[in-house]
Amino acid sequence: MQTHHTMRSFDDELKYLVDQIAAMGGYAERMVAEAMEALIQSDAGLARKVVADDVFLDEKEREIGERAVIIIGRRQPVAGDLREIVGAIRISSDLERIGDLGKNIAKRVVAVTESKQPVRLFRGLDALAGLALTQLKEVLDVYASRSIERIGFVRDRDEEIDAMYTSLFRELLTYMMEDPRNITPCTHLLFCAKNIERIGDHATNIAETVHHIVTGMQLPLERPKEDKSHRIIAGPGAS
Amino acid sequence: MEFWGALLPDGADWHMKTNNGKSGSKAPEVLQPSGPDQRGGGSLRERLQNRLAGFFPPDRQEDDLPVATKGPVSIDTLPAVSLAAAVPDPLYIFDRNAEILFANEAANRAFGPISSGTSLRLKFRAPEMHELIADAIASDGSSRAINYSERVPVERAYRVSASSIGDGTELFVLLFKDQSEARRIDRMRADFIANASHELRTPLASVSGFIETLRGPARDDPVARENFLQIMHNQTQRMARLIDDLLSLSRLEMKPYLKPSGRVDLVQLLDGVVESMRHLAGESGVTIEKAFPSTPIFVAGNHDELVQVFENLMENACKYGGAGGRILVSAEQAGPLEEVRATVRDFGPGIPEEHIPRVTERFYRVDVETSRAQKGTGLGLSIVKHILTRHDARLSIRSKVGKGAAFTVHFPPLPPGAASRPA
Repeated sequence: MQTHHTMRSFDDELKYLVDQIAAMGGYAERMVAEAMEALIQSDAGLARKVVADDVFLDEKEREIGERAVIIIGRRQPVAGDLREIVGAIRISSDLERIGDLGKNIAKRVVAVTESKQPVRLFRGLDALAGLALTQLKEVLDVYASRSIERIGFVRDRDEEIDAMYTSLFRELLTYMMEDPRNITPCTHLLFCAKNIERIGDHATNIAETVHHIVTGMQLPLERPKEDKSHRIIAGPGAS
Repeated sequence: MEFWGALLPDGADWHMKTNNGKSGSKAPEVLQPSGPDQRGGGSLRERLQNRLAGFFPPDRQEDDLPVATKGPVSIDTLPAVSLAAAVPDPLYIFDRNAEILFANEAANRAFGPISSGTSLRLKFRAPEMHELIADAIASDGSSRAINYSERVPVERAYRVSASSIGDGTELFVLLFKDQSEARRIDRMRADFIANASHELRTPLASVSGFIETLRGPARDDPVARENFLQIMHNQTQRMARLIDDLLSLSRLEMKPYLKPSGRVDLVQLLDGVVESMRHLAGESGVTIEKAFPSTPIFVAGNHDELVQVFENLMENACKYGGAGGRILVSAEQAGPLEEVRATVRDFGPGIPEEHIPRVTERFYRVDVETSRAQKGTGLGLSIVKHILTRHDARLSIRSKVGKGAAFTVHFPPLPPGAASRPA
């Protein structure tokens, strides 16, 4: 296995960083998926595992940060290599945040599933998580393959996630109004939905970083962000 | 104020890209973008052949590779790479640094094409895959197998083994055995039972309640009896419809990856569906207007499944948009290589914006009361979405409250030449 003992060339060092990002990505994807599974299946054991897994991401982020600083100091990289290293730092912190959000969902499992909840509460959330996970996987695949022509899709999907989040928000509010006993689980589920929506945002951040690593240019800022949760009608929609 | 919900089936766009391109057509010469990764020269195949020149151990392959490669041809006369390419299951050959040297066609088809020198750890990020790869490299020879599953774009499950090719080659093989089918059947069964038991409970409770009443207080009341029997009849019919829909959804979920191979004239198909819907339209007081060309428009697809798509869309238009009095069914293709669009538009109350992203979700109803009254099962659009995913097509929904809703199906164009071929 690669450790710092076997690391000889600059290339190896870069490759090591990228491999660590891959490992972090794998953990982050897994944590989010398992947190959702734990929530839907009321599996407190799985939820505890997710919470424990977060330590890995925290450690890796720190390691990548330290190693990146050492490489920059020792090798004085420029242009593409420098972007690669700075990008690794950024992506690792996004992935670490995704892990935190996954952990937060897992922590709510016990509170939500204390009493038996009807399936319908979870359906929308499950679909939302499916979208976010697809987006995260696509982004990490783009990082792996460097095929940035696929980045456009990532942003489209982010809009889809936002629209779905808004809709889910309203649905959960309805359940709370129907029956005050729903307020506790639904509030937790609202936070879970918000977490998932944030995961989508971090995935979009990663996409922007990857674009910068590969091309050296920033993605054009084309997304006016607005919180539509409290509004019933959106402004003129995109075509 | 128009809202546009582009409802891509999960991961479908990713898929369209690879499928419409040329993936699977002539692997293993994988695309080679000029990225920072690219070091050394030559295709993956050349690089691997150079590495392998001279020492591919003939006796080990018998164990490592599936039966397809054994045969009358002596293994010695075949280049090692051709052997790997002939393996029907996804297979990667990688080196000590976990750099992929070779991916066979099955691998490119299953996991998308990769560029030369990509790290296997980047391609497969799951923690247990990293462990497996590390173990294979560290142990040098012995092999181990793990279960690996991917959830997106569709759920797939594999048994993955990593082993060394051995004898000083410093090369390793990662082999995937697809077990999705078995997994999917299991899940389908579980999902079906969960959904059926949940959704059937309400009508069943109502039927059993009426039976109790008929046996007790209403025993000698002919008017009430007739009334109750009618309600029970409606409820049992609803259960039957639910079961039908659940079954057809489950059947579709069984095979999301098999793309239909047929060729269908969309104009003729729409015409047929419109005719068959006349009756229902008449009942709802709706006229169906046709706006499609007289010349055929061909798309790749399965005739019966597409009929189901447009039946569901038109049925919805009659049921929920019937207040508008008319439905407009149109089909168009701007040019021979442009996407084909088929739209079912109603002029009813429309769908509120917040519901649009979710209407294809299972059992999601914009308005439960209307849906029940119209004998909806909450599954119609889920079925549409599933069928379209299989067709590499997507559904977009446009609606404005008070003005109606338009459901448009976007089909990818047929590849050049295919359209002119006789059916």
